[in-house]
Amino acid sequence: MKEKFTTLVSTAVPLPGENIDTDQIIPARFLKATTREGFGDNLFRDWRFDQGGSPVKSFVLNDPVYSGKILVGGKNFGCGSSREHAAWALYDYGFRVVVSSFFADIFKNNALNNGLLPLVVSDSFLKKLFELITKDPSVKLTVDLQAQTLSVTGIKEHFDINLYKKTCLINGYDDIDYLLSLRTEIKSFDNTHSQLQVAE
Amino acid sequence: MSVGKPKTIFEKIWDSHVVKQADGYPDALFIDRHFIHEVTSPQAFDGLKTRGIPVFNTQRTTATADHNVPTRDQHLPIKEALSRHQVETLRKNCKDFGIELYDLGHPFQGIVHIIGPELGLTLPGMTIVCGDSHTSTHGAFGNIAFGIGTSEVEQVLATQCVLQYKPMTMKIEINGTLGKGIVSKDIILYIISKISSSGATGYFVEYAGDAIRSLSMEARMTICNMSIEMGARGGMIAPDEVTFNYIKGRKFAPAGKAFDLKVQEWKALKSDEGAAYDKVLKFDAADIRPMITYGTNPGMGMAVTDRIPTVEELKEINEQASFKKSLDYMGLEPGSQLLGKSVDYVFIGSCTNARIEDLRMVADIVKGKRKAANVEVWVVPGSRQVEEQAKKEGLDKIFEAAGFELRSPGCSACLGMNEDKVPAGKYCISTSNRNFEGRQGPKSRTFLASPLSAAAAAITGKVTDVRDLV
Repeated sequence: MKEKFTTLVSTAVPLPGENIDTDQIIPARFLKATTREGFGDNLFRDWRFDQGGSPVKSFVLNDPVYSGKILVGGKNFGCGSSREHAAWALYDYGFRVVVSSFFADIFKNNALNNGLLPLVVSDSFLKKLFELITKDPSVKLTVDLQAQTLSVTGIKEHFDINLYKKTCLINGYDDIDYLLSLRTEIKSFDNTHSQLQVAE
Repeated sequence: MSVGKPKTIFEKIWDSHVVKQADGYPDALFIDRHFIHEVTSPQAFDGLKTRGIPVFNTQRTTATADHNVPTRDQHLPIKEALSRHQVETLRKNCKDFGIELYDLGHPFQGIVHIIGPELGLTLPGMTIVCGDSHTSTHGAFGNIAFGIGTSEVEQVLATQCVLQYKPMTMKIEINGTLGKGIVSKDIILYIISKISSSGATGYFVEYAGDAIRSLSMEARMTICNMSIEMGARGGMIAPDEVTFNYIKGRKFAPAGKAFDLKVQEWKALKSDEGAAYDKVLKFDAADIRPMITYGTNPGMGMAVTDRIPTVEELKEINEQASFKKSLDYMGLEPGSQLLGKSVDYVFIGSCTNARIEDLRMVADIVKGKRKAANVEVWVVPGSRQVEEQAKKEGLDKIFEAAGFELRSPGCSACLGMNEDKVPAGKYCISTSNRNFEGRQGPKSRTFLASPLSAAAAAITGKVTDVRDLV
């Protein structure tokens, strides 16, 4: 059972670069843990800290002006590796929503499987968001998952999410619960299928 | 095959693996072959332990240690404590749950996407997953293979299924003849440079055309391997005689009569005449020159003789900002040429280009030559079997004479996770698949290229047009 997601009202952190890959979100050398916790400490590690380990002042996560549970990222967010650690790191750091105009497929799945909402908006809406947040970092975004809307200071955009994933997020369900309920059917599929696959 | 609507090979395999299709739910897709490694599996096993359930079918999962392993002194305990712990955790999980593990020192150990095909575990018509985005490699055999996250690894261990929405389909056709010194790595880098690192997101790609048909299995694997670098869920090539000949006699492949029967079945694995794709792209092999990347995503590639675009040549403002940041990271000037640029490291390895043909290709060029004094060259075979074969053919002697270091199998300097890292600020021409910031080590700078181009750079010490050497 995951944390349930319904509505979120929060300030947001802007990260406008395009093609933010999972190696930036969490570099491979920090993938050595065998649990899901603690990855937030190394979120955006090489942008956030210099080689001596001191915070890079110019990086947005180190800028006290910006905070919140919503990360607004540039186009093609989460491209690259399948590491779920990227979703874990964002969640562990405290983010619950990532807004972008385009997400890489595997990252999107991984986020949804961990209660982190990948929220797709149009290019023009994304541009407006960046402008609004930079102009006034205290501006609050409202994510209403039930209504599938993202609104901020008088502008609103509808976003798509498939019904199954929406239900999972709202209720905190895992995919695995559904699959486990199919175990008998899978077993019989495996038995007949394997005869086809391995013709001895 | 069934009468009715013509189907693509992708649809045929997908449809025959759907266990359950329920309204409002993604498809429960049955998985024939599951590969696991030390990095993306521990949390999945923890999930099984928490639920108190066993692995659904242990015969369908195979494990190896690759990402975190040192490529020197593999007989000694891993020095780095966290890496050692992760490999030990894999060992324990495989033992506790009854899964076959090709551990360090085992004759079958190697990079997960290299060992599956070479052991005959990867076959046409299958569904294959692994907690690794380069699982697309296996698609070269005409199967549906794609990378998954750890939650999905847990789904497969627990139920032998993953919940998936059927992606869209894309056909990429490459016809014509490749020029001298141009290999499959150049084909895929060329395609990605044309359609960008997100150009195939949401699609499953089928590669077709006579230029693809002319390639060996190993060369086809290089192409499918990098499908994810244009965002594709996976990439596949319909099987043919080249495929069947490769599989024949492999350790776990069907043998004798069973093999002949399977070949008959596999021959039906092709897209029907008139099958519809959501998108079709066509390229001419004759247009492809030796490729190299200059930026920090695999879409930022060009012919080695070209110059880097100028900022003004990019249309969008957002793109311009990312482009500038990327070139700044790389320490390169917009509009400049890479040809002749001095490099510090040459890495020949990874699931993209660490098979025996890759090593042979490199050996052919460097035979009787010596590396330039300014470069350090690592050759890291993709598996223990590749390493053994290279030694049997005397390639190790050629590398040694050239001043190249032949190491033991693993993911090595592809991802900056193990001991093999490119130092900050240094340039590495690499046969791997990603040139992201810090990919090969913090602040490292990567030029992706073919094994031939990498070998040429090793000899000259700088970015070189390999056509001048072959």
